[in-house]
Amino acid sequence: MTAMGDLKRQRIDELAARAGQVPEGEGGVSLTRSAYRRLRRNPVAITGAVIVVVFLLVAAFAPLLAPRDPYAQYLLGEIRPGFIPGGREGFLLGADELGRDLLSRLIVGSRQSLLIGVVSTVLGVVVGMALGVLAGAFGGWVDTVVMRFIDILLSIPGLLMAISISVLLGQNQYSLMIAIAVTQVPIFARLLRGSMLAQRDSDYALAARALGIRRSRIVFGHVLPNSLSPVIVQATLSLATAIIEAAALSFLGLGDPDLARPEWGAMLSNAQDFLSVRPELAVYPALCIIVVALGFTLLGESLREALDPKFRR
Amino acid sequence: MSIEDLPPHGADRTGQPVLEVDELTVTFTRRGEQSTRAVDGVSFAVAPGETVGLVGESGCGKSVTSLAVMGLLPRRGVQVGGSVRFDGHELLGASDRTLRRLRGADMAMVFQDPLSSLNPTVPIGTQVTEVLLEHRDMSRKEAVDEATRLLDRVGIPDPARRLKEYPHQLSGGMRQRALIAMALACSPRLLIADEPTTALDVTIQAQILELLKELVVDTGTALVMITHDLGVVAGLCDRVHVMYAGRIIESADRHELFARPRQPYTGGLLASVPRLDGPRGAPLHPIRGSARDVIPWAQGCAFAPRCDNAQDDCLTEVSGSTVPLEYDGPGRELRCRHPLSYPSTPAGATASGAAR
Amino acid sequence: MLRFIVRRLLQLIPILLGLSVLLFAWLRALPGGPAQAALGERATPEAIARYNELFGLDQPLIVQYLRFLGRAVQLDFGNSSRTGRPVTEEFLERMPGTIELTLFAMVFAIGVGIPLGYLAARKHGSWLDSASVIGSLLGVATPVFFLAYLLRLLFAVELGWLPGSGRQEVRIDATRITNFYVLDGVLTREWDAAWDAFTHLVLPGIALGTIPLAIIVRITRASVLDVVNEDYVRTANAKGLATATVRRRHVVRNALLPVSTTIGLQTGLLLSGAVLTETVFAFGGVGSAIFESIFARDFAVLQGFILMLAVVYVLVNLLVDISYGLLDPRVRVR
Repeated sequence: MTAMGDLKRQRIDELAARAGQVPEGEGGVSLTRSAYRRLRRNPVAITGAVIVVVFLLVAAFAPLLAPRDPYAQYLLGEIRPGFIPGGREGFLLGADELGRDLLSRLIVGSRQSLLIGVVSTVLGVVVGMALGVLAGAFGGWVDTVVMRFIDILLSIPGLLMAISISVLLGQNQYSLMIAIAVTQVPIFARLLRGSMLAQRDSDYALAARALGIRRSRIVFGHVLPNSLSPVIVQATLSLATAIIEAAALSFLGLGDPDLARPEWGAMLSNAQDFLSVRPELAVYPALCIIVVALGFTLLGESLREALDPKFRR
Repeated sequence: MSIEDLPPHGADRTGQPVLEVDELTVTFTRRGEQSTRAVDGVSFAVAPGETVGLVGESGCGKSVTSLAVMGLLPRRGVQVGGSVRFDGHELLGASDRTLRRLRGADMAMVFQDPLSSLNPTVPIGTQVTEVLLEHRDMSRKEAVDEATRLLDRVGIPDPARRLKEYPHQLSGGMRQRALIAMALACSPRLLIADEPTTALDVTIQAQILELLKELVVDTGTALVMITHDLGVVAGLCDRVHVMYAGRIIESADRHELFARPRQPYTGGLLASVPRLDGPRGAPLHPIRGSARDVIPWAQGCAFAPRCDNAQDDCLTEVSGSTVPLEYDGPGRELRCRHPLSYPSTPAGATASGAAR
Repeated sequence: MLRFIVRRLLQLIPILLGLSVLLFAWLRALPGGPAQAALGERATPEAIARYNELFGLDQPLIVQYLRFLGRAVQLDFGNSSRTGRPVTEEFLERMPGTIELTLFAMVFAIGVGIPLGYLAARKHGSWLDSASVIGSLLGVATPVFFLAYLLRLLFAVELGWLPGSGRQEVRIDATRITNFYVLDGVLTREWDAAWDAFTHLVLPGIALGTIPLAIIVRITRASVLDVVNEDYVRTANAKGLATATVRRRHVVRNALLPVSTTIGLQTGLLLSGAVLTETVFAFGGVGSAIFESIFARDFAVLQGFILMLAVVYVLVNLLVDISYGLLDPRVRVR
């Protein structure tokens, strides 16, 4: 039936195309790309990302940015009981209790703090994922054994576990990282397994199996990649927890024994003794921790929103 | 011309209509997005004892219409215009208290998904008695007795035991019966059923429809049946309004509509249902495209992009006016410039359809 | 319901067994081994050898483990190397303080968190909503011990409104019955002692309660926002119920389900997470004991306290599961 003029048909098609336009990010666009688009439009995500990127840059270029040597005791001569020199020209944030430049120590300290957070999270993710894949891919008794072990680890409160491991491994920065990583392992293992189980029983995995595709290919080619998004989200959030937890362990005397090496957690717990003399000594490193943790949290939460359609409001 | 001006039709249409909807519009506005008009000038009326069907694909605005009538649309981001009169009283703009007094007592609603429509943490009994306690002057014990009677009436076996159970312990059909019991608890004069059978098994669907017919139609309650299922319409409705993209595009009595659909969309709907009495191997005739392929009503007929009968003047910029809903024979209204025509149709009715 | 509880109790057994294995392994791996753990760092090699013989540490590992398990079941973790007193005795003496502190923190977190989260959801998009979201993010991001120090500096040291350390004024000579100081004061009608012990809870309790507060606000808010859009709330409105009934029976009841799990989890975490706060306020509960034993290398106390706290944590989680079963009928049937 072509009673309709070509011109008009074109016009209708055009209108239809415009009115029925597929909303951005749905259909025709890959999931990661649409998630990225949603992230880019979310002010929360941008705030988080800016914070994280700024701190990462500071950590990367710390030696160039730090105005002074973080180890040198410049103003030692002025320190008396009850007095620690504050900010002045050349010492923007003043000196710490040993006369070292606080700003420089904060800037250089970002390296150590972020390193602890990143290393322990990466370690936790890798081991946790290995266990999770083991359980989720094989099922059966492997699953039972691994998950029982994970449940036992989960039955120990995180801080207690970190303390126990730090005590066991001795007081240094590596044991700190391992201790924090171990507290993350059960979380990631459980998360990945749960998400893999859901994917394994999904219709597309069944369809792939019905088509005779090998199990290893289904698991590593389809199920695993599709199960990763909750892990990515949790890892981002874990970076925040790891940095806070590192500070807590530092405070309990389980951190880096080398107090000269600048690190926010150690600086913060160290400064508690001078809180009534010069509270800024504690406030600045605390602010650094809070802001970085906030950055990772904001980024993680908006990632979750972007990746999980259920969270879209 | 609106429906109220038409001469009465149907055997039991006596007295004033219970519900009169006049030029109802519902517009959704979301921050940072273009506002969408989900319902665009819908008018219809329901008389006591009458069953009116609102038929259309998902997204055509039928459910929004029912929620607007009940006053259940969220207040934020929604503008409702036009008029909704219950028993002659205007409901749009009425106070929340007035509406709450009417809802559940004089007008009630049954929803599509019986599981999600029931509170999972409250026993069925409480969910039935709370309506009675709210609207009727009853003691708790009287309410429980009445609830038992109600469950029995909607065909739930062993009602006293079921009252103590939770929604997840009931089957899908039972849940829908329980929802119907709640809706009918205070013998409302108007019941709106929004796809009450869609979420149910086919065998259960028939039972629920039968139940509605028994309890509603036979007691003189006005019923608005919202559905996409022409089978439901055929079995239950006296009068049918077909909706497309927020507007009514065809209104007719059930028999008329099934015998002689005039809007090509209605025709398409009917043709896309497989027929047992047709010849074997006869092809089905789906409507092409999807409900997404619409153009705004201001620019022409919204169905035109999918319509086989569409011609140049279906577009406003050619004809100079939007497509109106017009008188199309006794008891019929039609929004179409090039409707389907039938040799037996009285000549006057096809005034606008002769162009073909 | 009873079967549900029994099943959950049975599921505890493998977890507790596994826990004991881990702890045994931990103890064996400690520098110096369990002998050092029991005798302290300054133990002479002879003393260690005597100890090893006495406790059969020259026996095969499995025998050792079974002995360890046997003693653990009898709550015998040896003596503290610092005070020389039995670990269990110290635990029982200090745990009531931590329980009081945890209860205060949770009452604070729940009492403020649920109403705030609910209001934030009701006023979705308002300044109150934004403020509570930002506040809850900050609450989680702030190191607890830093907040504890700030509170102490401001309200105890500078303003002097509230006591900043300990569980009770030393000069108050209170009668001890249960070691719950507030409770003891009430039981003995020594009202000033009870009040004094209570004021000592306020600052550490608030510090300890911030993280659960932040989490409860967030979960309550999200949960209420979810539930308000549920079909059954629409049904309730369609039934013409009074707004108060809809909110109480249909919104709040369902919205609190996820909140109750969070509350339980957080309570368990606080019981053990009090280490930091108690240390700042020198509170004298289980937490400060752990801190002190880390410094004193008092492994006997560490292992005993960690195991007993983990058991408490597991039990609290069990209670949470059971109460969740009571709240949500759907769980019971499964």
